[in-house]
Amino acid sequence: MADSTTSRVSFTLDSTLDTVNRLESEAEQFAHRAGFSEDDIPNIAMAVREAAVNAVLHGNNYGTDKHVSASFETTSSDLVIKIADQGPGLDPETIPDPLAPENILRGSGRGIFLIRAFMDEVHFRQTHPGTELTLIKHRTPAPAGN
Amino acid sequence: MSMKVSTRQVDGITILDLSGRITLGEGSVVLRDAIRDQLAKGNKSILLNLGDVSYIDSSGIGELVSSFTTVKNAGGELKLLNLTKKVHDLLQITKLYTVFDVKDDEASAVASFTK
Repeated sequence: MADSTTSRVSFTLDSTLDTVNRLESEAEQFAHRAGFSEDDIPNIAMAVREAAVNAVLHGNNYGTDKHVSASFETTSSDLVIKIADQGPGLDPETIPDPLAPENILRGSGRGIFLIRAFMDEVHFRQTHPGTELTLIKHRTPAPAGN
Repeated sequence: MSMKVSTRQVDGITILDLSGRITLGEGSVVLRDAIRDQLAKGNKSILLNLGDVSYIDSSGIGELVSSFTTVKNAGGELKLLNLTKKVHDLLQITKLYTVFDVKDDEASAVASFTK
């Protein structure tokens, strides 16, 4: 079955804490409209919040000259969320494992781990400058009527 | 929604009743300041009541960990009380559930501190 986009919204936002809160809220509403379960929706919203924190804080470093781009899209099979910053770029391989005993009491470094825990697929792409995260949640089971 | 903290003393134990969200920004700062205030007052036995905490993000988890280590380094004890299912699950998947001393009953939690 071909994947056809059924709904899409996109945003270009400032590098502020308000953007983090807004994208979390937009993700919650979008996932609800897309028919995801009450169990999945908070997890999707948290993954988006963590990705937005990475973009605003770690990517753009709250830079007033840098923006965060985001899009939410549903297809017949997936929810696809893209969040991009304009920072110096991120190599996901360099992120320490937060579950390793030597890292367990660190005060930070759990955002990417939580994104991976809550989404079905997470992809990183360097955009020179910047990093684009693609978060995918599969529809399981397929929605009725589609 | 911002986070609120109210403080009680029960049998020499400081109980911080938290409500709202512990997230990047205000919530994490409120928790950090509350812990610092108690340590400055010499209150080193601290029970964080998270029963009305609706949400914690990775920054909030980090702040809980920092609170735990700050109190421990000051020679005190910090324990958690009344986790919601969501917070419980977050601590499980981050393997922090076994790091924290987590209690479900206030009276037994208070009694469990080293006196």
